[in-house]
Amino acid sequence: MMPDPFILRALLAGLAAALMAGPLGSFIVWRRMAYFGDALAHSALLGVALALVMDISVTAGVLAVAVVVAIAVNLPGHLRRLPPDALLGIFAHGALAAGLLLTSLLIRPGFDLMALLFGDILAVTASDVALLGGGALLILAALVAIWRPLLAAAVSEEIAIAEGMNPRRAELAHTLLLAAALALAMKITGVLLFTSLLIIPAAAARAFARSPEAMAALAVAVGMAAVAAGLWASWTFDAPSGPAIVSAAFGLFAVFHMAASMLRFR
Amino acid sequence: MNGQDNSPLLELRDAGVRAPDGRWLIRHVSLSVRRGEIVTLIGPNGGGKTTTIRAALGILPLAEGEVRRSRNLQVGYVPQKLTLDPTLPMTVARFMRLTCPATEAEVARALEETGVCARMTAQVAGLSGGELQRVLIARAILRKPDLLVLDEPVQGVDFAGEAALYELIGRIRERLGCGVLLVSHDLHFVMAGTDRVVCINGHVCCSGHPHAVTQTPEYAELFGPAALERLAAYTHRHDHVHAPDGHVCGTEDCGCDDRKEKGE
Repeated sequence: MMPDPFILRALLAGLAAALMAGPLGSFIVWRRMAYFGDALAHSALLGVALALVMDISVTAGVLAVAVVVAIAVNLPGHLRRLPPDALLGIFAHGALAAGLLLTSLLIRPGFDLMALLFGDILAVTASDVALLGGGALLILAALVAIWRPLLAAAVSEEIAIAEGMNPRRAELAHTLLLAAALALAMKITGVLLFTSLLIIPAAAARAFARSPEAMAALAVAVGMAAVAAGLWASWTFDAPSGPAIVSAAFGLFAVFHMAASMLRFR
Repeated sequence: MNGQDNSPLLELRDAGVRAPDGRWLIRHVSLSVRRGEIVTLIGPNGGGKTTTIRAALGILPLAEGEVRRSRNLQVGYVPQKLTLDPTLPMTVARFMRLTCPATEAEVARALEETGVCARMTAQVAGLSGGELQRVLIARAILRKPDLLVLDEPVQGVDFAGEAALYELIGRIRERLGCGVLLVSHDLHFVMAGTDRVVCINGHVCCSGHPHAVTQTPEYAELFGPAALERLAAYTHRHDHVHAPDGHVCGTEDCGCDDRKEKGE
């Protein structure tokens, strides 16, 4: 039986999001920047508000704001007055509050705030799918290009610098790629659950991976399985797609880590 | 590239590094490493040996002075510590290829040289301290560096292993013709294997060729009298006194023969 075209579109969009989320998310876990992911995702609401005010596409508005946040967080330490975790904590929730305030003031009839917060994968259009698919491939290619210095920096920033790499440039590139991924994947997960699509599959993959590359690849597989399961739940129970996908990923995370512990202590 | 000419591979000139609170960690430090030369940094803990190395490698910015590295300098670096995030899975074999590509056979040969070839498929996080040091040294050697930089490379290695690793560092220097800059507490090695010793205690206390055992009050002062008994110090007159924070009290002239440092 041929599935409905909009189910097929949703599946393709979700798989593309999982494809870029696995490797990007692995680096979020290794670099301990989950909080940054949240700050970035919450700032997307400001981007939506900006898009509404300026009457530009939501993707462009989100991308613009996310890039500014990515650069601001990467400012050298001496330009900051607060430690990075405090700054991110303030920013993550400040941006969420301001974004909710602005979008609710600016909201137009028919604008779905829930979809913005939690994603609506069943509403993706053919052009969304094309943008997401092409964007995911580009992001993946860029990540492969900076893989070596970025990984070396995750292991030891000292070694990376001493041995002639430019880890700070690679790290900035990684945060910019996250900003782009957010702008593309927002429709799938919503702004509140974007980070979890990135880190939960990667954290699940950690249970069985023996090398960084294996972890990134397994994270893609976990993410794809979660998308398929979440989509099914979203379709069957009319559940919001973001929470459905993230719950599936969370379930896989729990199962993987329990299985790994049982194998280890057998 | 870094040809046969005898210009330094790496040179610090009057370098100073400050802590975030503005305190000077090191100041007026000058040193150079040439091809085929082993330069050892010694000095009390907290004296700035690691800071000096990190500044020389570009990891820490200089607040004053300058650092020169020859063009396309290939560095192999063994840091003092490596703490791998537990979320990052990493086999020894993969870790060996962290900053440069290498074949399986090359990786195996480098690990063979430091005696940890059997751990090739192990996770880096599961290595003992001594094994990790051997893997770190093997990884730095694998890069066929022009300059090998080692910050206390034998910590955690048993006594017999220490001697073998120092011997290996000497052999690598012969084979690759590379320069070696290292921090060592092993004054026996400093005596036997080093071309030049630089003593750092906030500044360059003294530097020169290690000589036969001599009674030198400055070593008693810096390393304690127990060290004097088994260690071979090198000869220089030490006519200044260090305050507890490392700065020089009284006269500023150190009087070492090979001294490069300007007074404070």
